[in-house]
Amino acid sequence: MNSKKSPDSKQPTDSTKASRRKFLATGAAAAALGAAKAATGQAPAAETKSLKDLIAYGERSHYVTSIRVPVDERPSPDEFGMTFHVLTPLQDTVGIITPSSLHFIGTHRGSIVPDIDPKQHRLLIHGMVDRPLEFSVDDLKHFPSVSRIHFIECLGNHSKADDKTVQETHGLTSCSEWTGVLVSTLLKECGVQKDASWVVSEGAEEVKGAGSIRLAKAMDDCIVAYGQNGEPIRPQQGFPLRLVVPGFEGMYNTKWLRRMKVTDRYYMTYNDYGHIAKDEEVAALTFQWGPKSVITFPSGGQKLPGPGVYQLTGLAWSGGGVVRRVEVSPDGGQTWKDAEIRGMVHPKAHTRFGMDWKWDGRECVLQSRCTDELGQVQPSRAELAAFFKVAPDYYKAHGVQGSDNTIQPWRVASDGSVHNAI
Amino acid sequence: MRFSVRLSALILCTCGAAMAQSPTYGVGRTPTAEEIRAADITISPDGKNLPPGKGTAKEGEQIFAQKCAACHGENGSGGLAPMLIKPETPVKNPAPCLAPCIGPGNVMALHAPYATVMWDFINRGMPFAQEGSLKPDEVYALTAFLLYKNGVIQENEVLDQNSLPQVKMPNRDGAAIPDWKPGMPRPFPAKH
Repeated sequence: MNSKKSPDSKQPTDSTKASRRKFLATGAAAAALGAAKAATGQAPAAETKSLKDLIAYGERSHYVTSIRVPVDERPSPDEFGMTFHVLTPLQDTVGIITPSSLHFIGTHRGSIVPDIDPKQHRLLIHGMVDRPLEFSVDDLKHFPSVSRIHFIECLGNHSKADDKTVQETHGLTSCSEWTGVLVSTLLKECGVQKDASWVVSEGAEEVKGAGSIRLAKAMDDCIVAYGQNGEPIRPQQGFPLRLVVPGFEGMYNTKWLRRMKVTDRYYMTYNDYGHIAKDEEVAALTFQWGPKSVITFPSGGQKLPGPGVYQLTGLAWSGGGVVRRVEVSPDGGQTWKDAEIRGMVHPKAHTRFGMDWKWDGRECVLQSRCTDELGQVQPSRAELAAFFKVAPDYYKAHGVQGSDNTIQPWRVASDGSVHNAI
Repeated sequence: MRFSVRLSALILCTCGAAMAQSPTYGVGRTPTAEEIRAADITISPDGKNLPPGKGTAKEGEQIFAQKCAACHGENGSGGLAPMLIKPETPVKNPAPCLAPCIGPGNVMALHAPYATVMWDFINRGMPFAQEGSLKPDEVYALTAFLLYKNGVIQENEVLDQNSLPQVKMPNRDGAAIPDWKPGMPRPFPAKH
């Protein structure tokens, strides 16, 4: 969907500047700037916080500097206050939980993060239900809660040859503990009618992003979440309510959720656009993520100081359920060895793997391969090309059909530097 | 209280499947029909909940120049925002793609399987910084203008709540609806 790097974006052309100036000169742009400032209402971050403030709400050490970076180097916020896609620094994360502050951001069109008063916010459920109901955030806490660890990954998360780091190749996936109410609990309360088959959700941001999921998915494991990693969901992640659609492409996980309409057909809203494909197999590949994994150390842009024994580590996940197995190849896919699962294993969640790895100082290509509980095995790009009957090097110039869960190779050069070898 | 809820559920069970579920928690407010109508901006592909109003491409042309061209380009391409009119000669978008990424291959008039998809998004998400401010007549007119400029309808066609869902979209048959059930693997890779 989104190209993560385009040559245009690095150096704005004269025509870009000219059109930006022209854009700025319009009343619409001026109004937008005003609206953006009013909507975000954020004071510039103070240079230093008092110890009192830091005891009230802690911060990480100032020696820790890992940050998100924008996709395509397109600044967020831009001059109009809009936020675009922003990448998680996977190379720096440990365990399976992504800190909320470092969770990737994806937006429809580019969005101004809304400033929502949770006391005023409502979720309306209507359409093909016997009892349409409107819930406040407090109302939702009257229902039994669930807390589940799930990844969310954007359809645009695909590795390209000019992506250098794992943040650039894979940074549009993150994993959190989500707390809220199962959608099935709410829909049962409303009484779903028997011919209903789809649910269209809607956010409260200015473009009111909408997405459609099958009722079967909504009733299976979806969550109306109000909590993320032990606290209210952060504004950039949908405060006060977010629809979590475990294992499905990110766009379905509607942020700032305000409405769910139960219907008897697929509405194919603008935000479903990225999923529209003539070929049923391609369309199906954009719903549920396949088994996927990536080595985060050693990974692109890092440098090994010399030969020796290292802890190779990475993340594996699947929209199909639990990660059953992760294998690592030190020789470009000729031989494979099982990695250890190091930590908690949850369905549709990042799963940490690792192994002792001895580097002899010679050039090699490292890659990992995930198998999930459904028996699905993460494919190489060559296998994907064979499936779609295209040339083996087709993906050098074209995007991957559907969501990209192909194997990510990293080349370790003899000087210890690590490079994207996709 | 609980007993009576259960009892009434039992009685309802015998009355038909649609009424088989009854509220368990009794939480939430029942919205009025008018409140639901006002909130329901999600337009069905059959156009059933389109509001009254009408518009033509000619009317849409003026609105486009006033409210859309600054971001989408005077001719509906080459602006910072997604391409809306497929140009005869290729134009390079000066900005990286937004999500979803719209280029000559998938401008809405040619790629959306239903004209309601266009109406719905123009109505809910446009114009920039004044989203939701367009009147139904303006949304019909803009939809007509974009469909006309992409060669889908004639210039003099009037779009309204009856005619808009009837527009034969070029990509009507280009949107597969894959099945999905819990525990279903993806079509690729095949199970090993």
